[in-house]
Amino acid sequence: MSIDIEQFHAVFFDESQEHLDDMEQLLMELDVEDPDLEQLNSIFRAAHSIKGGSGIFGFDALTGLTHVMENLLDKARKQTISLSVPTVDLFLETVDLLKTILDAYKTESDLPTSEIESGVAALEKALAEADGQAAPSEGVAQDEAQTESASADDDIDGFGFFDDEPEAATEAQPAPTEAASKNDDIDGFGFFDDEPAPPATAEEKAGYGFFKPLEAVNEDAKAAQEDAAKAAEKAKAKAAKTKKPAAKQAEASSIRVDTLKIDAMVNLVGELVITQSMLSMIGDEVSGAVGQKLQTAIVELQRNTREIQESAMSMRMLPVNMTFNRFPRVVRDLSSKLGKQVDLIIEGGNTEIDKSMIEKLVDPLTHLVRNSIDHGVEKPDVRKASGKLEKGTVILRAAQRGSSIVISIIDDGAGLSRERILAKATENGLPVSPDMPDSEVWLLIFQPGFSTAAEVTDVSGRGVGMDVVRRNIEAIGGRIEIESTKGYGSAFHIHLPLTLAIVDGICAAVGNQTFVIPLVNIIESLQPLPEQLKLIGNENLLWIREQYWPLIAIHEMMHVDDAIDNPTEGIVVLLESSKRRFAIQVDALLGQQQVVIKSLEQHYRKVPGISGATIMGDGRVAMILDADAIADLCRPVYEEEKAS
Amino acid sequence: MSNGRDHMQAKDVQEYLSFILSDEHYALDITSVKEIRGYEKVTPIANAPAFIKGVLNLRGDIVPIIDLRIKFNIPNPTYNEFTIVIMLHVHNRVIGIVVDGVSDVVRLTEDEVRPPPDFGVIFDSRFLKGLATVDDRMIILVNIEQLISSGELGLVDKTLAKEEV
Repeated sequence: MSIDIEQFHAVFFDESQEHLDDMEQLLMELDVEDPDLEQLNSIFRAAHSIKGGSGIFGFDALTGLTHVMENLLDKARKQTISLSVPTVDLFLETVDLLKTILDAYKTESDLPTSEIESGVAALEKALAEADGQAAPSEGVAQDEAQTESASADDDIDGFGFFDDEPEAATEAQPAPTEAASKNDDIDGFGFFDDEPAPPATAEEKAGYGFFKPLEAVNEDAKAAQEDAAKAAEKAKAKAAKTKKPAAKQAEASSIRVDTLKIDAMVNLVGELVITQSMLSMIGDEVSGAVGQKLQTAIVELQRNTREIQESAMSMRMLPVNMTFNRFPRVVRDLSSKLGKQVDLIIEGGNTEIDKSMIEKLVDPLTHLVRNSIDHGVEKPDVRKASGKLEKGTVILRAAQRGSSIVISIIDDGAGLSRERILAKATENGLPVSPDMPDSEVWLLIFQPGFSTAAEVTDVSGRGVGMDVVRRNIEAIGGRIEIESTKGYGSAFHIHLPLTLAIVDGICAAVGNQTFVIPLVNIIESLQPLPEQLKLIGNENLLWIREQYWPLIAIHEMMHVDDAIDNPTEGIVVLLESSKRRFAIQVDALLGQQQVVIKSLEQHYRKVPGISGATIMGDGRVAMILDADAIADLCRPVYEEEKAS
Repeated sequence: MSNGRDHMQAKDVQEYLSFILSDEHYALDITSVKEIRGYEKVTPIANAPAFIKGVLNLRGDIVPIIDLRIKFNIPNPTYNEFTIVIMLHVHNRVIGIVVDGVSDVVRLTEDEVRPPPDFGVIFDSRFLKGLATVDDRMIILVNIEQLISSGELGLVDKTLAKEEV
């Protein structure tokens, strides 16, 4: 009998990845001074699940490492060792190593053998140390295990005189082992399942392990009795508290669905919306009593399809926390490496965005956050000298604004240096002038090969970053904005569409064709007066509110016949892309509409200036304009010549 | 019925869809045909060659439509109710080709197909599979996959075209 075990591998990899992410997050949240037992248990469970799964599939490297990690975690959650920052760091490193091993198995590449060995060795060393440290305190653990009082830190302090009597500890050892194995079986919740022993027993037990002068014992025993009583009560209360959320978690049911299936469904729903609008157009042609009945039915259908569309879309949406959660770690590692103190504040982590964007946001966001810490936030002494708090703050914020999501990375650091950017731009041969507005100066940092960092570190400063960041963000239909004030900090705002599958746009008529202009890019639309139009060289310019806007006629660019040629008879739409602002000329605006984005590349190829196509209510295809690409296409020639 | 098919397969019979361009009869492998439909108005694409009429909506897919008559310089292509679009499924892409008409499905065995001539037909000989005679009519067999993936039609980006050829 041969079962194709391969098919389960993917599930195991997905699940393990999730477990590792959970572990990392929980470790980051863990308060070293007063660890939350439930969190420790969750970490332990995650490690245990990976160990179990990897054992089944024969991924021995994972099994070996998780096993040692589990042992150490087990000691931590039973409080036989006290957690310290180095221990948590060790766990975090192990999680990283596990991720590497998992990737190696996934891609069927070579295992990082030496790293695994040193990882196991580090854990075993910690374990050995823990055993040394644990031996005396295990006597306490026994008491604790018996009373099952989880948060009995006070008691440990109360009984803290075992150092004199190692024999007692040795004697006491079998008991905790028993307790431990019991807990193992119940896996995690074990601590709370047993009834807390009555305080009287605790006193008895407390009495038994003591080898202090009598009078002290009496006093201490009294204190211990009180403490134990408190602890028992606490444990009871805690047990009641912790049990509830655990039960809730089990109820929150979810299923794993292939994203392809969801995409197919979203696609079909898009079709349904189109069919429905076709139907309502036909419905308008039917008159009389039947026509009225038809209208009622169509309105009903319209409502239902909208709801179906919304729920199909929501299936693709995930909280942006999925991306944000990795940043506490990034900030922690980086700030300690750079000798800076940085507080990371995450806001709006529950804002939902399209799943495909979540994945593609990771790199640009990581880059921006690293930049903020490396270039933005100053060293503590510099901050102090300029009258700021020594600890810098980086805010990662997500918020929904209309039909777009804005993700901001804000730091209270030094801000961008206008002089240095301009100097660098001149050095790189970019066309700049000293009186450029700030907003345009900031955009210069997105030029390839642009870095004003005084020194190149392994963190940032190689100048390969920002242009890649911008490209990645544009690839998911977003744009990036910079605000910066010298001495007060900088803010990077990433504007993203709610979803990649739908775009909010204005339909514009050009000749006999319809084009969709994404709403994200539109600033305003107007009908220009003849005196606002200027012709400089071959370029049409539009003079609006003390600024010249390059004017691009869509019918010329897209070769549409029978379009209005004179801008004063048509409509001009002011657009904003992440590269530049410009105006386009169309015949008329037809109205705002949500359209389903269809790929042109799937069956054809990329078309310059077009980001995709959509299907209108009458079944015809309309092109969606790509503001960034149009900005590129209309860029003055001299810049291109210089670049090449 | 199923017996008949088995019989045919045993003799390496292939089915071809024959169509008309100008006054010549052509045929292409029927397994690459997705469907046949009448010509309807398409949305033009900017900066595309003239033989690419534009794109249309095929049940949610945006599909390019190529007029082979323009591509092969047949004078005065007309668009009327008899103009036909053959939707092809080639290399995971769906592409429509405009022809003057679809005539028949023909079954041909391998030995009925003779090598193609290297002159005298509209198609470049690179894209021909061979010749066959059915009912005293000469039918030119077209290697449509080769034509579409060749980059000749500008359907695929250049880098892609190289990979696919």
